[in-house]
Amino acid sequence: MSTKRLTNKDVVSAKGKKKSKFKETWRRMKKNKGSMIGLVILIIFALAAIFANFISPEELVTAQDAKIRLQPPSSEHWFGTDAFGRDVFTRVLYGSRVSLTIGFVTALFSLLIGGVLGAMAAFYGGQVDNVIMRCMDMLTSIPSTLLALAIVAALGASMTNLLIAITISSIPGFVRLIRSVVLTVVEMDYVEAARACGTRDARIIYKHILPNAIGTIIIQTTSSISGMILQASGMSYIGMGVQPPQPEWGYMLSESREFMREYPYLMIFPGICVILTALSFNLVGDGLRDALDPRLKD
Amino acid sequence: MIKYVLKRLLLLIPVILGVILIIFTIMYLMPGDPGRIILGENASQEAVDQKNEELGYYDPFFVQFFNYLKDAITKLDFGESYRTSKPVFDDVFARIPNSLKISFNGILGACIIGIPLGILSAVKQYSAVDTISRVTAMLAAAIPPFWLGMMLIFAFALKLGWLPSSGAESWKHFILPMITLAIPYAGSMLRMTRSTMLETIRQDYIRTARAKGVPQRTIVFKHALRNALLPIITIMATSFGGLLGGAVITESVFSIPGLGTLIVTGIRQRDKPVVLAAILFLAVMFSIIMLVVDLLYAFVDPRIKAKYSK
Repeated sequence: MSTKRLTNKDVVSAKGKKKSKFKETWRRMKKNKGSMIGLVILIIFALAAIFANFISPEELVTAQDAKIRLQPPSSEHWFGTDAFGRDVFTRVLYGSRVSLTIGFVTALFSLLIGGVLGAMAAFYGGQVDNVIMRCMDMLTSIPSTLLALAIVAALGASMTNLLIAITISSIPGFVRLIRSVVLTVVEMDYVEAARACGTRDARIIYKHILPNAIGTIIIQTTSSISGMILQASGMSYIGMGVQPPQPEWGYMLSESREFMREYPYLMIFPGICVILTALSFNLVGDGLRDALDPRLKD
Repeated sequence: MIKYVLKRLLLLIPVILGVILIIFTIMYLMPGDPGRIILGENASQEAVDQKNEELGYYDPFFVQFFNYLKDAITKLDFGESYRTSKPVFDDVFARIPNSLKISFNGILGACIIGIPLGILSAVKQYSAVDTISRVTAMLAAAIPPFWLGMMLIFAFALKLGWLPSSGAESWKHFILPMITLAIPYAGSMLRMTRSTMLETIRQDYIRTARAKGVPQRTIVFKHALRNALLPIITIMATSFGGLLGGAVITESVFSIPGLGTLIVTGIRQRDKPVVLAAILFLAVMFSIIMLVVDLLYAFVDPRIKAKYSK
């Protein structure tokens, strides 16, 4: 039996294979109409959030004008004006910054903290696993909105505290998921081989476990963002989240309550934006799931 | 079986103690000293200090925690409201029925809409019914309940005048909150029912039943649904947790005097004992419901029952 040394050509083809996996996922995702619609909506919202300054000046977010209060949609004010005479379109536009920031930041931090804890629990097992999972059990015994409310009550209502509250209440879900994914990967022969070679734990996690668990992690993260955005808008609606005059869709809806009989447009536009954003993340999450792991389809 | 029930009941004790510890710790961080809140801004510092001393505000954390736990368990004493000076337990207890009513109604509505549509969607996979159901479920999962509630108030209370927009006096007051809570959860229920039913329908025993010439109705309800029930019950239970939390916001939309509105006003008024007790009651209720669901598994799935009856 002859052994073959790896040549440069092999390395290049291995890299090419890596690239083709991404291409393959993209090709499968492109076939899914729903996920493409979701992606387009998401890109529109992301672009609107990034380039909001070029679409409408930031001063209009808070600029009040009693003379033009509660005006219906017109060519000058596309979504009308609110009770303080502020332009609703500008507020909705800048609101996308707030909501997307909340979604991405909370998802990122819950993933990081949940990922480290979940991977530790699965990788080390025994007492470490026991302690981490029992703590998570206790946290999951409290419905997430209640936990988030308790945290905001203790820290005070503000955007930062809302981010902290939603992150903490989302961590248990991530710990459980990542633990279960890592547990299946840890059992694989290549991890055992790496261990036998004396590879350091951190390297095994980073080089072997993470790349093999990444698909499931991406799916879960994308799908959970919509839940986080909905939760954040709900908290802001009851005054426990983003504080005025910062434009947040949930809080804008809460402000529109008093005027809903005569001026229903005030609750229509921010509401549609929340729905479209949440929907787009769900659609993209579903598309990614089907593309990364076709076995999970249906 | 009794062993299983007892084991689950015993496991509930550390969970509830853990829940109390977590919520108590978070609430401990809530700013504002009780003496000042009770006596007002004009009270002298001496009087405030004396009041704080009386309430044990200066005691170390664990002393405060054990005193709270002792009073709560032995005397059902959860402290007095800083604002009304009435026992918190009475206030919380009086509001539980309303919160439970809207949560149970919500889950009932979600089941009534979600499960039959999920079954239909799975049985007629790739048909128009399936596509419509899936798209609707996707949309339902993206609608914030409070917005749906506002739209329902606008349409059925303000414009058509068919139903009341706020309060909790009669059964009519609970219709709109029920729909508000049911729709988003019906979406997830539909998706779960569909996917588990699809999985079960592909099993060999279903093919065998078909080959034997068993009627379609019997196959769907007796063979497939019974086996698909376990994940459906799980999603029902987890949804209930979400519903109890979500009810906090829905109660605010419809101004229903439940635990949710109590928590929100409590936080605004910095009335710590009220917030602590109301959140605790909801969390403990959730733990008990999860226990009931675990027990329900054993009744639905003979395999679990058999495992514990040995």
